[in-house]
Amino acid sequence: MADILTIKNLQVEFDYHNSRIPAVRNISFRIPQGRTVALVGESGSGKSVTAQAIMQILPKKAHVTHGSIRFDDPENGNSAEIVSLDPMGRQMRAIRGGRISMIFQEPMVSLSPVHTVGNQISEALLLHRDVSKSEAMRLSQDMLDRVGFPDPKRAINTYPFELSGGLRQRAMIACALVCRPAILIADEPTTALDVTIQAQILKLISDMQRELNMAVLLITHDLGVVANVADEVVVMYHGQIMESGMIEDIYRNPSHPYLKALMKAIPHFDMKPDERLTPVRHIESSVGELLRIDVDRELQANPVHLEVRDISKSFRIKKNPIFGKSAAPEIKAVSGIGFDVYRGECFGLVGESGCGKTTLSKILMKALSPDEGNIVYYDKTGQQGVDVLALEGDELFKFRRKMQFIFQDPFSSLNPRMTVFDIIREPLLIHEIGDLDYQREFVKELVRVVGLDPRFLNRYPHSFSGGQRQRLGIARALALKPDFVICDEPVSALDVSIQAQILNLLKDLRKELGLTTIFITHNLAVVNYIADRVGVMCRGRLVEIADRDSLFENPVHPYTQALLGAVPHPDLAKPLDFDSALESQASDPASWSAPFRCDESASLELHEIKHGHRVLREA
Amino acid sequence: MAGYILKRLFFMIPTLFVISVLVFVIIQLPPGDYLETYIAELESQGESVDPDRVNFLRAEYGLDKPIYEQYFVWASGMLVGDYGYSFEYGLPVNEVIGDRLFLTIIISVVTIIFTWAIAFPIGIYSATHQYSWGDYGLSFIGFIGLATPNFLLALVMLYLANVYFGTSIGGLMDPAYIDQPWRIDKFLSVLEHLWIPVVVIGTSGTAGMIRRLRANLLDELQKQYVVTARAKGLQEKKLVRKYPLRMSMNFFIADIGSLLPSVISGAEITAIVLSLPTTGPMMLNALQSQDMYLAGSFLMFLAMLTVIGVMLSDILLAMLDPRIRLQGGATK
Repeated sequence: MADILTIKNLQVEFDYHNSRIPAVRNISFRIPQGRTVALVGESGSGKSVTAQAIMQILPKKAHVTHGSIRFDDPENGNSAEIVSLDPMGRQMRAIRGGRISMIFQEPMVSLSPVHTVGNQISEALLLHRDVSKSEAMRLSQDMLDRVGFPDPKRAINTYPFELSGGLRQRAMIACALVCRPAILIADEPTTALDVTIQAQILKLISDMQRELNMAVLLITHDLGVVANVADEVVVMYHGQIMESGMIEDIYRNPSHPYLKALMKAIPHFDMKPDERLTPVRHIESSVGELLRIDVDRELQANPVHLEVRDISKSFRIKKNPIFGKSAAPEIKAVSGIGFDVYRGECFGLVGESGCGKTTLSKILMKALSPDEGNIVYYDKTGQQGVDVLALEGDELFKFRRKMQFIFQDPFSSLNPRMTVFDIIREPLLIHEIGDLDYQREFVKELVRVVGLDPRFLNRYPHSFSGGQRQRLGIARALALKPDFVICDEPVSALDVSIQAQILNLLKDLRKELGLTTIFITHNLAVVNYIADRVGVMCRGRLVEIADRDSLFENPVHPYTQALLGAVPHPDLAKPLDFDSALESQASDPASWSAPFRCDESASLELHEIKHGHRVLREA
Repeated sequence: MAGYILKRLFFMIPTLFVISVLVFVIIQLPPGDYLETYIAELESQGESVDPDRVNFLRAEYGLDKPIYEQYFVWASGMLVGDYGYSFEYGLPVNEVIGDRLFLTIIISVVTIIFTWAIAFPIGIYSATHQYSWGDYGLSFIGFIGLATPNFLLALVMLYLANVYFGTSIGGLMDPAYIDQPWRIDKFLSVLEHLWIPVVVIGTSGTAGMIRRLRANLLDELQKQYVVTARAKGLQEKKLVRKYPLRMSMNFFIADIGSLLPSVISGAEITAIVLSLPTTGPMMLNALQSQDMYLAGSFLMFLAMLTVIGVMLSDILLAMLDPRIRLQGGATK
């Protein structure tokens, strides 16, 4: 295979005040025609900057200071030295979007919300091909058909916000491929998508690649995705290439310590029960005296800590008085959910985006009130349960101490105008616990518990990295010494290496403090690592609930099976079954086979098939 | 879309009704009425007033009737274009306002066009060349424009116009043309005088709009879809026009609603300094002397402009932004 893109000794530097910080240091690699090269690394490793340098769309502050990027067009044999072209010049513009295209991570924001899909796809054609407007529209429609739009004729006139995330990413791909480029650069194309959609999009990209004989530069941090689609791998760390080569060599025999460490940091399904992840960078955490005082939580006669019964909640799309949409559809966010959480366990709640898991967690915290159902909380002291939904006033205020929440986004969940000390101390202030000296001591201890240095207490959140902020969020949640913690996707915004740190921290804290936790996530490998029992949610329903081992070894419900089947393993011996992923309509309850089918007529209930393993089916 | 416009028009009716009630109540709120103010003024000058004549006047103007009846007479008159009678001028409000309204509208429209014509190119330039010398220079001038009081700028401009162009001081036309029928030379004279108030009234608005446009455009320029468009190979100028500029228009259109009345009412002090024959000074005066129908008509006129402006911006927004057109607000 001829190399169509050759990068030699590329150096990209950012202006920072009066100095220059290198983001990409002296890297060299190549992309052969028709093959997939994966560029792997954590955030900040320089992968995206490399892609931007190839496209000549670097931010204003960044400059290529050294090296060359040669593009040999397989179509006409022309060769161009991209680094020496004017980024805004005619020649570069012809290459960009015409011969080298790019798709981005966030399908939600990568398309303009005020232009139709057809407009945005045909734009590329009008720029690079000598076609009329109607011809461009026809070709765009053709392309939409090829990337799997069910009704391309209609889709061409829709706006991106009317489409689901998966369809948006398909539209984005159509946009990039409509000019039949020689290279497609895909910058984390599936990171923001659910696993089943991810499998479909990966399949689509590789199909299109074969059809157009196109090279793909896949930028990702997910070694599972890499194992399933890449031919060659380039591993980057701190702007440098650590290791590169054919996928077989890299996966079977990783030689660089960084890659080895990265592989050990990813949770996978074959972990032994007591096996621990090894984070790339270790954190030291120690539980001190103040927090430990309460840790005398021997098991009570009643092992149930939280009892959830028949919770339902619907949202109504507001009837639009101006445009007069007549029907106001009611959307069942959560319907008839019931489960128990036992004292001291970690209950995992898995499901794709929009399945109602966050709504459910908000109901448990009494941030939303359900339409029906009830929640009973059993205190460690008494047998008498507390009806959570009936709590009000002072009682509710006191109850708040027992249940705390860890949020998904470590960036928006900490007030940027408060110091770390103020943030962690705030719960103590609200609940009037201790005097200033006690609070100061306790906050210091909390910060040490999550492995941060108490000297940083006067800093503001912006001076911390994502993983450090998430640890601050955990410290804040622990400040009231809760018995019960709900973690809503606490690691999904973090890099894999950081993810391992946080997961280990949560695991240790749970053991040391005897916490009961609900762990909400869309990542099955994570839930496999951390949870004792798992509930699977789909479209607001709990479809299967079981202890971890039964669920992962013997999934019964078709949705659970599809979900597990769509997870890409970072293991060449376990390739993803793309065909079944593409065919499956697993998240549509109407398509489930009997006796799981879920439509108007069906009366489904959780049916116990084994002790503690229940599945939603017809009785 | 047509249905939306009709509905929007329909919604204006109750809005204007409520406003008219409020306006009427407010102008009736101060104790007494125009006649009492008038009598007090005469008595303070040592003149006697015949009570019979006062009662006659009161009956003549309907001031002795209950307030809701007075409101009804006023409001129903307005529907057919009769805005009542100005006590102070002794003329129907129509005739008092007529010419002034026309000149006010001319000044306002020209000011708005002036504001847009200057603010748009500068705002776009500043945003696309952020932190360049051009951006700094234009921002500096913009801040001066924002900070300078209008009346001061008016005085300076009057002086300069008089010294360098020989334009007569004050007014919207040469004194010779006042109360003359409209002819081509009167029109030219108006044009000659018009630029001063337009520049004076428009400066702060222009400066503000440059800052807002720059800020909005800067936000949009950071967005991912701009990079997407750039990655397609779109030329930078076309790109800015098609994507971020279009998106940053929302604020600008939403602004129209408040633009109309603010240009008109914000111009009042300037109008007094420049002694412009517009509505501003007259309205202040009418409010002071409790010339209720005149004041009421002015207030209604401003309210009507606000309502129309908001409606226009709503309709434009719905046309421009499919998210507003197609998405109903979802609630919890």
